[in-house]
Amino acid sequence: MPADDVLLEIEDLRTHFLLDDGVVCAVDGVDLRVRRGETLAIVGESGCGKSVMARSILRLVDPPGQIEGGRITLHRQDGPVELVGADKRLLRQVRWRDIAMVFQEPMASLSLVHTIGSQIVEAVRLHENVGKAEARERAIDMLERVGIPKPRHRVDAYPFELSGGMRQRAMIAMALSCRPSLLIADEPTTALDVTTQAQILELLRDLQAEFGMAIMLITHDLGVAAQVADRMAVMYLGRVVEYGAAEQVLAAPRHPYAQALLRSMPRLGRASRTRLAAIRGMVPPPFARPDGCTFHPRCDSAMAGRCDTVTPSSVVVGDREVSCLLYDDEQQEREERR
Amino acid sequence: MLGYFGRRLLYVVVTLWAISIAAFVIINLPPGDYVSTLIANAQAGGEGLTPAEIENLRLRYGLDDPIFLQYWRWITAILLHGDFGQSFAWNQPVATLIGERVALSAILSISSLLMVWAIAFPIGIYSAVKQYSWGDYGFSFLGFIGMAVPEFMLALVLMYIGFRYFGASVGGLFSPEFQDAAWNLGKVLDLMGHLWVPILVIGVSGTAGMIRVTRANLLDELYRPYVHTARAKGLPEWKLLLKYPVRMSLSPFFSTVGWLLPGLIGGETIVSVVMSLPTGGPLLLSGVMSQDMYLVGSFIMILSTLTVVGTVVSDLALAWWDPRIRKRYKRE
Repeated sequence: MPADDVLLEIEDLRTHFLLDDGVVCAVDGVDLRVRRGETLAIVGESGCGKSVMARSILRLVDPPGQIEGGRITLHRQDGPVELVGADKRLLRQVRWRDIAMVFQEPMASLSLVHTIGSQIVEAVRLHENVGKAEARERAIDMLERVGIPKPRHRVDAYPFELSGGMRQRAMIAMALSCRPSLLIADEPTTALDVTTQAQILELLRDLQAEFGMAIMLITHDLGVAAQVADRMAVMYLGRVVEYGAAEQVLAAPRHPYAQALLRSMPRLGRASRTRLAAIRGMVPPPFARPDGCTFHPRCDSAMAGRCDTVTPSSVVVGDREVSCLLYDDEQQEREERR
Repeated sequence: MLGYFGRRLLYVVVTLWAISIAAFVIINLPPGDYVSTLIANAQAGGEGLTPAEIENLRLRYGLDDPIFLQYWRWITAILLHGDFGQSFAWNQPVATLIGERVALSAILSISSLLMVWAIAFPIGIYSAVKQYSWGDYGFSFLGFIGMAVPEFMLALVLMYIGFRYFGASVGGLFSPEFQDAAWNLGKVLDLMGHLWVPILVIGVSGTAGMIRVTRANLLDELYRPYVHTARAKGLPEWKLLLKYPVRMSLSPFFSTVGWLLPGLIGGETIVSVVMSLPTGGPLLLSGVMSQDMYLVGSFIMILSTLTVVGTVVSDLALAWWDPRIRKRYKRE
């Protein structure tokens, strides 16, 4: 693929939490790329670091968490900028203007004592030199585009006067008010009921077609990811274990963790009597990360003496990248045969 | 909204009525009355009162009437004529006695309050934002000392220092030469020169407490998702701090702002006694000690009214501050 297609490049990102009891490596060497206009789904179970990774992009991690290393490069129209080392001014400029975010709980993520309109107007006027009246018109226009009925009236409503779905729509309207090139959606539908969830996903897809922004969708719900993602990254304990086109990852996962995750998903049409395959064991406690491949204690294909000592690096297997020693071997063997 | 406050007003009336009964009953609970205190004092002074004199006094004050009759006379005079009764000890109308002291009590309360706010809010915000920093530890340490040191103790120490090293007159709000002088610039300056000590004394523990409250309230809000949203929007840090979490953290403060009203006439009794300040507190204390029943009853009644009205004011202030509350009132 051409390099100018890439919008955001994350290399070896590490975000650690320095706690009294030790260091929790929430994000431990993530490599990812987001292409312009595509939807990348980040999936993984709770605590795998997907949310912290997303917050690290805009440097929104609260202490005691801090970014320990890595590079995040945003390719803007006027050239690339690096975000991990960026000064505050540049960072404030990138926030919302280039990369906007939608959070999980719209009720908690919007200020309850300011009207929806004033919160959107604030975002617009922070980044663009427009008057109050014009910004307000923009807010009304955005509310209309995200499908809020009677936007001229609702612009003066407080978030607690709207339903959950409407609140999330308002949040999305605010996120898109400065026309960002990347929208990070952190579990945007988790707090909503299933019908509303489907509507919001649909809305995101429509808006993406209209505005042409890329979306990084963080979710623990493989069903949600399957509905909207072009590409998919599976995370486990702070690392991306598999990254590739969504359809292919879902149809034929390569990494044993991704395989197990998909097996544990209920499917329509499967005989209802068959038991769901749960992933063996538990996520290890945060202070006792296994050596080698962090997944090896739970992995059915673990190779004794190898997986528990060697940390796998990302290898390209066909159309995707997998961090697993099984494929490392395959590659080596192939090379040896040659 | 109007319906809501109509109902609130009704509650206020009922509450005050209950308080008036409770207050009157409580003043009459201790054995004896003002006349028996008078007799005891006279005997201690070596002079006796003749039975006829005693009878005369009891009759004059109506002390032998049934208690509900005494209550009725007292409360109807307040309601119909705004007459809070006579003080036995001062032989003056209670309203006049309290009225004389309101101005100074109010000046003292308001200026110490302003001092508390001016110092406590910035420090509280700093302590929360820089939680567990050296600055936070330092202010917390000072704050706990401020809360732990009794006010009267601080008052005594400051008065001693003022007298010993600065030759200031001890206690009171005026130097002797201005005590009975008419108001002029010199007297005002003299008042200013004295006023800072009680303001400091009263303000210190209030400031210390307010720092802790501001810090705790703000810490509750500082890591909420809406703060992340504001930060993600690209707001400068200090601006987002003041606009979002600090604003939210002030709600509990608004819900107590009305409690300041009773402080305007009473409050700070001990400090006022120690520093012999002519405010309302010592008046109430002396009234309680001499069983000056109309003075105490009316004083408590006025304090309670201010407290109850203050609570309504608080609710109004909170409704003005927080749209969630405002909308709820409107619905009701």
